[in-house]
Amino acid sequence: MANYSTNEFKSGLKVMLDGDPCAIVENEFVKPGKGQAFNRVRLRNLKNGKIWEKTFKSGESLEGADVMDVEMQYLYSDGEFYHFMNPVSFEQQAADVAAVGDAKLWLAEEDSCTVTLWNGTPLTVTPPNFVELEIVETDPGVKGDTAGSGGKPARLTTGAVVRVPLFIQIGETIKVDTRSGEYVGRVKD
Amino acid sequence: MTDWRPSAKLEALKARASLYQTIHAFFSARQVLQVDTPVLAQHGVTDIHIHSIAVPGYGYLQPSPEYHMKRLLAAGSGAIYQISKAFRDGEAGRRHNPEFTLLEWYRPNFSLQQIIDETTALLQPLLGVPVHQTTFKALFLSQLDVDPLRADTQTLQKIANDIESVPAMNKAALIDWLMACVIEPALPRDRITVVTDFPSWAAALAQKKYDADGEEVAQRFEIYAGGYELANGYFELIDATEQANRFADDIDKRKADSLPTLAADERLIAAMQHGLPACSGVALGVERLLMAQHHWQTISDVIAFPTTIA
Repeated sequence: MANYSTNEFKSGLKVMLDGDPCAIVENEFVKPGKGQAFNRVRLRNLKNGKIWEKTFKSGESLEGADVMDVEMQYLYSDGEFYHFMNPVSFEQQAADVAAVGDAKLWLAEEDSCTVTLWNGTPLTVTPPNFVELEIVETDPGVKGDTAGSGGKPARLTTGAVVRVPLFIQIGETIKVDTRSGEYVGRVKD
Repeated sequence: MTDWRPSAKLEALKARASLYQTIHAFFSARQVLQVDTPVLAQHGVTDIHIHSIAVPGYGYLQPSPEYHMKRLLAAGSGAIYQISKAFRDGEAGRRHNPEFTLLEWYRPNFSLQQIIDETTALLQPLLGVPVHQTTFKALFLSQLDVDPLRADTQTLQKIANDIESVPAMNKAALIDWLMACVIEPALPRDRITVVTDFPSWAAALAQKKYDADGEEVAQRFEIYAGGYELANGYFELIDATEQANRFADDIDKRKADSLPTLAADERLIAAMQHGLPACSGVALGVERLLMAQHHWQTISDVIAFPTTIA
């Protein structure tokens, strides 16, 4: 990969830092009128999501990271690996549990999601912002309750547990915001 | 193409025009002569932290009008000022544009304190906040409990590392980092802060002296307001031999750091040999002043066409 000098730093650029692939979140050029120039950089470690704040002397450079986002379809899990397919090239990728992380709570077979590849292998999996999943387990509803007063837990086909209004029943499909894990609405067939 | 439009609003263009009028009236009333020096000239500056933009076949876009203004002073111009464009390679960000505007002026027979007072007399009505004057050492002592002139590199590196992940640096760079990234952002927004007695290694083209504690310091000041570094001034170095030595030091440091080599400006040395009057001078960033005055957050708010869309 190419090296990137501080003057090429911009948000979104993928670089290697201490052996981990990172994305630049923010880059600020700081320079006293007479004196050393610095780039103060916020980076997100793409392996674990942690934010790093680091100062570089302007002119220093970092190695680029071979990282790219690919839209893929989730096929199945064999218990150890989660298998995805590129719907354009039909190429398949296997991601381990660490790479899939919390995304496993929202992955229904045949749904599409974003797989981030580092040197060609899955680094992280990001589900779509909204998914529609069926409820497999929840307490019986209370008639007459509409908005709900705190709601009740409901287990989805993927194993995720979401708080839903009291009137929601087993077998119904709901829309969930995967970023917050919150119920958005009922999906009517 | 959608980015043909100026990044600054009409309001900012009007504010700039109005500021220019204020500046011209200020210096006209004080009988300071407006001058005009080249932005395209044979020499760049040797300062290792300032990168001149080379123009093949001609020389360099000027990172400051200082050398030419000093040649005017040596030729007997008396007090002079100008508003000019300056160019510095690689300086781009929220508060930097590679092309920017400097208000620079020189006052023969002015002490450093006299030119500080003149600068704050210009700034105070524009910013409408009180002026507070302190020293470089006092700022470090009050904010970081360390004497920047006497502390060793290890101590400063530890202080910096405790604040943020910084690379291993020499003492001058550590002091620069602490000043620019820790002390400057913490200066009160609602007053003009004048800082004097910079470390002697940061003298640039200022004369040096000994402070009350016997430490060598630069007769240089900086002015900060509204979270921005606005102005930098010197009790000017007038000794041609010392000037030639500082050029030679810079050129050596450039070689050591593998930076582009630049020749010393022989005409400036010759002018100083002829005789530069005892004087003080100051350079003020016009865009920064507009930002501080009107609380604009980025330099592209005050420049119609910043370099990225110029």
